[in-house]
Amino acid sequence: MIDLYARRRLRNRIVLGLSFAATGLGLGWLVLILGALIVKGASGLSLQVFTEMTPPPGADGGLLNPIIGSLIMTGLAVAFGTPVGILAGTYMAEYGRYTRLTYVVRFINDILLSAPSIVIGLFIYEIMVAPMGHFSGLAGAVALAVLVVPVVVRTTEDMLLLVPRELREAASAMGMPRAYVIGKVSYRAARAGIVTGILLAIARISGETAPLLFTALNNQFFSANLNAPMASLPAVIFQFALSPYEDWQKLAWTGALIITLAVLALSIIARALTASRRTA
Amino acid sequence: MQEPGRQAVVDIALQGEAVAQPSLAPGARVLAKLHLTDAIFRHLTRAAAITVLIILGGTIVSLIQGSIPTLSTFGLNFLVGERWNPVTEQFGALAPIYGTLVTSLIAMAIAVPLGLLIALFLTELCPPWLRRPIGIAIELLAGIPSIIYGIWGLFVFAPFLQRTLQPALIDTFGDIPLLSALFAGPPYGIGMLTAGLILAIMVLPFVTSISRDVFEAVPPVLKEAAYGLGCTTWEVVRNVVLPYTRVGVIGGVMLGLGRALGETMAVTFVIGNAHRISASLLAPGTTISATIANEFTEAVGDLYTSALITLGLILFVITFVVLAAARALLARIERRIG
Repeated sequence: MIDLYARRRLRNRIVLGLSFAATGLGLGWLVLILGALIVKGASGLSLQVFTEMTPPPGADGGLLNPIIGSLIMTGLAVAFGTPVGILAGTYMAEYGRYTRLTYVVRFINDILLSAPSIVIGLFIYEIMVAPMGHFSGLAGAVALAVLVVPVVVRTTEDMLLLVPRELREAASAMGMPRAYVIGKVSYRAARAGIVTGILLAIARISGETAPLLFTALNNQFFSANLNAPMASLPAVIFQFALSPYEDWQKLAWTGALIITLAVLALSIIARALTASRRTA
Repeated sequence: MQEPGRQAVVDIALQGEAVAQPSLAPGARVLAKLHLTDAIFRHLTRAAAITVLIILGGTIVSLIQGSIPTLSTFGLNFLVGERWNPVTEQFGALAPIYGTLVTSLIAMAIAVPLGLLIALFLTELCPPWLRRPIGIAIELLAGIPSIIYGIWGLFVFAPFLQRTLQPALIDTFGDIPLLSALFAGPPYGIGMLTAGLILAIMVLPFVTSISRDVFEAVPPVLKEAAYGLGCTTWEVVRNVVLPYTRVGVIGGVMLGLGRALGETMAVTFVIGNAHRISASLLAPGTTISATIANEFTEAVGDLYTSALITLGLILFVITFVVLAAARALLARIERRIG
């Protein structure tokens, strides 16, 4: 009897101990990765990184052209992807809430949300790069836009579903057509949530490498031409990190640090936005 | 006998009618305009929703179209062929498929128990004020771009494994008949095992956050009843929480598996990119996504490009099935919760 009790207690202790250890391990990874990034990347962080072009091996240089390229492509991707995402989310939460189309789109969208991004790269290669005959910044932006859409659709729909029905009914009772109810009531009530979705989408695509490899390719030189290959931070990190040159590897670490800081900042801002709304 | 007040109301009503009469036409026009705006907006949103379907459909169609040269040359032998030789244009997908499955299995074998234990910590043990910060920290792990895991894996994690874990594995299992094959060869640092471990870190947040969400959905009454019978925390989790949340946990695991299968950059850095199937987990290998990422821009000739696109199609089909199953399971538990 005592024996059984002791055994149950011991088993419980072991599992709880493992559970503590697992949590420590999970948090430990985060610390280890961030620590390595800071140790290896911060030393290369200087003004030069933001003002000079990527160097040939053995020379001094910075990451200006990939940073600009990433900003241009991310900006365009958001400009293309966000309207589609918000409108689709609007249909699913407002006009077609209970339709079969909404059900299907929700299912497909959830799959797109975690579909391998390299496949999206292949898709854009097939429909844009191959017919046009050359790699281009525009194709890169479209590939990223395809990744933006599912994130924005999901958050927009979720946030609009949270808007109380009474608000819509009150507006409708005053004779507002549906489009105005959505524009003047639903969107306003869900604004913080929708903005969060856009920020999360930016965070998602700003580190994406796989879909850019064979759409925007890369570029050693500065180029704002959307019709030509364009450098991007992740692609340059990929190239430099796998190169045998030490100064290139160092720049890759610095670029990795910049991306990580940007992504973490975006996700923390996004979280703060929804958190403040929840308490209000 | 008419009350003065009433007279006034009728007057006003008459006046109003007189006033309203000429303005009825513009009123109708405004109404029609509002109606039109609404109709346009409705169709616009519907078109956007359909765009999502077109993206998926377009992906499938373009991948199939790109695969036609491969499939007409090799047929289904492409799936079972092991040889991958761009020079002689011999292509078989078995090595990448094998690598994808093995690395993902290693990842899930580590991430699932860890994720469940962390979820157990967050829901049963953690003091409430610490819950949110730890939850957020684990989710930040999910937000780190995969290329960061790649560069970290190549320069920090792989050398570390080469010095510590891999020699230890070789020494420990070197004399045991079956396991020695699994851990044979020199410790390269990079290889299938390293890739699997990195993937485990990457899918851990997905498994954790979904398990936590479904654990939290267990009605407190059920748990309290078990505690009231004298169960230990572990017994409550084992006999009440896990059976109740089984479907949701499996959904979360499948979602993580979908991620692991398709993960590209982190794996590309540490897998070693060797087109061969070796029994040893320490040997370099390749995965579908790593092969595409490494070779696509250098692929010369239509057949080579097409072979890589076919790999993409295979990957897409596998992940689609896994993710669809995951979503179906999760939808089932969502409906039950309410």
